[in-house]
Amino acid sequence: MAMPLLHRIARNAHAPIAFTLDGVACEGRAGDTLLTAILCHGDSLRLSEFLGQPRAGFCQMGACQDCWVSLDSGERLQACATPLADGMRIVTGARS
Amino acid sequence: MSERAQPLIVGAGPAGIRAAMALVAAGLLPVVVDEAPHCGGQIYRQPPVDDGRDARARYGSEAAKASRLHRDFAALTERIDYRPQSLLWNLRDGVADLARDGVNHRVSFDGLILATGATDRVLPIPGWTLPGVFTLGGAQIALKAQGCAIGSRVVFVGSGPLLYLVAWQYQQAGVTVAAVLDSAPLAAKFNLVRGLPLAPPIVLRGMRMAAELRLRGTAIHFGVESVRIEGTTRVEAVVFQSGRGGRRLACDGIGYGLNLRSETQLADLAGCAFRYDPRDRAQLPVRDSSGRSSIPGVYLAGDSARIAGADAAECGGERAALALLEDRGLPHDRAQAIALEAELRKVDRLRDVLEAAFPYPSHWADDIADDTLLCRCEEISAGEARQAIKDFSLTELNRLKAVSRVGMGRCQGRVCGTAAAELLARETKRDIASVGRLRAQPPIKPIAFSMLSDDETSERQHEPAH
Repeated sequence: MAMPLLHRIARNAHAPIAFTLDGVACEGRAGDTLLTAILCHGDSLRLSEFLGQPRAGFCQMGACQDCWVSLDSGERLQACATPLADGMRIVTGARS
Repeated sequence: MSERAQPLIVGAGPAGIRAAMALVAAGLLPVVVDEAPHCGGQIYRQPPVDDGRDARARYGSEAAKASRLHRDFAALTERIDYRPQSLLWNLRDGVADLARDGVNHRVSFDGLILATGATDRVLPIPGWTLPGVFTLGGAQIALKAQGCAIGSRVVFVGSGPLLYLVAWQYQQAGVTVAAVLDSAPLAAKFNLVRGLPLAPPIVLRGMRMAAELRLRGTAIHFGVESVRIEGTTRVEAVVFQSGRGGRRLACDGIGYGLNLRSETQLADLAGCAFRYDPRDRAQLPVRDSSGRSSIPGVYLAGDSARIAGADAAECGGERAALALLEDRGLPHDRAQAIALEAELRKVDRLRDVLEAAFPYPSHWADDIADDTLLCRCEEISAGEARQAIKDFSLTELNRLKAVSRVGMGRCQGRVCGTAAAELLARETKRDIASVGRLRAQPPIKPIAFSMLSDDETSERQHEPAH
């Protein structure tokens, strides 16, 4: 898996939250947004619709709409504004 | 006589909180809608869970203000109808649609205070869509609310007070800040001397931050131009021109921003008149010194109608609430209203100084390469937009949107609107004031289709039988 984009400097010992990222078992921390949880493991959230380029969010405040991710159920979520929940199966499509 | 509906406040940052307090003090029970789970807005954003850091660590010199606002708002919750994590996506005469957890809630209101704040203003540069590039505000939120750094060796690029503040906060948090790349020449900073008598603590704090950044090994480059971010799948380096030479700095995270831009979509839906503002270089909803817009019963507070910062937002929120009370025929503190307006005028003079010290790179459209993405949602390049402007002899922003899809994507032009206006003005050799503004459309941010249909069902159910 790719090197993480984000580096934790707080909440290192908070309660773990299990999720999967493109099928790979991962662990986030209580208080994580989806964006934080994913980018502490990898370096992108999705591929852009037209050019297929990796994206990893931009504004982190719900304005730019660059961080939408999907669950394997098909539900689409704004990663910067959605809390990570136990058992989420996140599909970015950005990894092979 | 039927009872009047309650006022609606949009936004629970410094402006919205002070507005709510003033309305509650007068006996009203306002509805307060906010997208975030906790109050504070972006500047005083609270973490989702306690992360062991205190207010001082999180908000620095503004810790006391942040804590007071959070406390004051918490004390109100019994006396307001607080709707956190709710997106106000549609607005028409006295009725607002709020989306929360995939369910639509329709709220009637009488009196509307828009305290919708601001987001980072950006102009596209090569490589700005690469993973690892965040806005300055985004970089700050990662640190403040999520306890994460956007890289291990970070460069901050752009202009504005936030450039230095975020760089300093990262350095304080122990992150290597390789450089601050300021698009303004050093000479512009001498304007800050004029700001000293207006707000000594603010100006001195900024100067101290710059000095500390340097002392601890962060290079500060002024008059930086031709910035290009390099990397294949993520940020690897930043290349730029400064003074006589070109430089390349390896880095794995970049914070970028050129001051802020007002969030004006709801003012647009509310029917407010707009006017070009030379200082913000943007079309902004018109408001008078009391916060009244052009529409009776609609008030504009804080950065939502012009950038002035958090202290002004507190004053403006309270002032707008006093105007609402007066217009509703309720007792209001006239002396306080006068004092707040005096304070707002003082902040306004400081903003003039800051704008001179952190000037906007208005020549951006002269230099932007054709292959740079202009619109990151629809992935339209500057060259494609230029071609559309030429082919269709476009002179107005909404026409450019219709023809090229620039600003038509999910963000509704929040990110690219500034740049699209600059490019259109440059290509048509017109003044930026005359190219128009992107019209807001409901929903102002994406909502689930399923929610739309639920809402239609509920509306049909509520229709009276014939």
